[in-house]
Amino acid sequence: MTRNPQLNKHGELQHLITLEGLSREILAAIFDTAEPFAEVAEREIKKVPLLRGKSVFNLFFENSTRTRTTFEIAAKRLSADVINLNISTSSASKGESLLDTVDNLAAMQADMFVVRHASSGAPYLIAQHLAATGRDHIHIVNAGDGRHAHPTQGLLDMYTIRHYKKDFTRLTVAVVGDLLHSRVARSQIHALQALGVPEVRVIGPRTLLPTGVVEMGGRGSLRVFHDMREGLKGVDVVMMLRLQNERMAGALLPSPQEYFKYYGLTPEKLALAKPDAIVMHPGPMNRGIEIDSAVADGAHSVILPQVTFGIAVRMAVMSMLAGN
Amino acid sequence: MPMPTHLPDAAELCTHLAAAMRPEITPQTALIGIHTGGVWIAEWLHRELGIQQPLGSIDVAFYRDDFNQRGLHKGTKASNIPFDVEGAHIVIVDDVLYTGRTIRAALNELFDYGRPARIDLAVLVDRGGRELPIAATWCPQALALPASQTLVLERDDAARLSLRVTEK
Repeated sequence: MTRNPQLNKHGELQHLITLEGLSREILAAIFDTAEPFAEVAEREIKKVPLLRGKSVFNLFFENSTRTRTTFEIAAKRLSADVINLNISTSSASKGESLLDTVDNLAAMQADMFVVRHASSGAPYLIAQHLAATGRDHIHIVNAGDGRHAHPTQGLLDMYTIRHYKKDFTRLTVAVVGDLLHSRVARSQIHALQALGVPEVRVIGPRTLLPTGVVEMGGRGSLRVFHDMREGLKGVDVVMMLRLQNERMAGALLPSPQEYFKYYGLTPEKLALAKPDAIVMHPGPMNRGIEIDSAVADGAHSVILPQVTFGIAVRMAVMSMLAGN
Repeated sequence: MPMPTHLPDAAELCTHLAAAMRPEITPQTALIGIHTGGVWIAEWLHRELGIQQPLGSIDVAFYRDDFNQRGLHKGTKASNIPFDVEGAHIVIVDDVLYTGRTIRAALNELFDYGRPARIDLAVLVDRGGRELPIAATWCPQALALPASQTLVLERDDAARLSLRVTEK
């Protein structure tokens, strides 16, 4: 069996490219490490010196304000020097190749690349290229690649579930919405299964569920629902996905209004879940399309804590990679 | 320093340490234990000395100077400092004083919470081998140990403390 390309020869995380294939032990170690970082945010000086003198390059080939900002805050709270590059608006538009860009930044003594790219597999390509050219001391964090993965979002979602629900092995979790375009959903499902969640329900219209979604289930813990009311019955966690308007090519949906009617999370639909269910959303939210404001701002919502936890989880990932 | 023929009794050392500290304790004095052994001792001292300020604890993993060599320490705990560090009299409590690097890290961490008026250091055992100019304010026992040995404090299910030497 070939080694998981994210792990070094000691089996420790060297890059974070996908949650697929990561063991429950590694995931738990990330969550355990994130907990003390959450405390750092409550201090007078919200900074620890772990990555002092290290250079973290945020390489965003695809625009994202929120994810880039949370990585930037996480790196700065670790005392790293952070360089933000919005490459969609610079070299790439002048015709430079991805790997040429990487080579140039590596020559500037980068220690870590946080990569977002519209093409699935771009972070892996960079990691392979660096390894092949003897520069595998540079760590790669995938901040979202195409439709493939968004591992830090998946991790912060799991951290949030653990925070509120403690034990994964007794939960029923629903993932609702546009799974077809969602790298977040893929990372979530891999992690939920690795952590031993006995029932993961995916809920969405046929046109927005990838054909392979049932195969992702592996041990049969994945159930598919097209009727949201049916799917939400008795769940502990509702993970909403954003309707990706910008990725929507053609006639996958009749209209946003109709989508809201069938797949928007309203108080009335949420009432079918367990009374202590939590509602999550990776942001940015489309209010009135996939989620009703009364739910987004309601008592079950943990959407803003997700954002706060996201910084601690990214600090944990960056410091673990840098130390391995 | 004397070479140990047998290890001193940890509970007795705690009693001596408390007696030495007692005259300098004021209503403003606060204790902070360093994970893990230091927290156990600090819990005991906090009761024994009737400290009025809530008990604090720190894990210095984020401030260690060997991160580049050894990576992040596994099982790092959250620090918890439930009082205002600004202007406080703080006693850092640890089990064994050795190179002084843990105390250096603890001092750096504390100053990220505020500017204390005064910091003292209370330890059970000083085993020498200092690599930094750091000394304990109170220490009931000096003990010379070869560098190949590690001195650790343990706590059993009945919360009894004991010292143990292990070979590295």
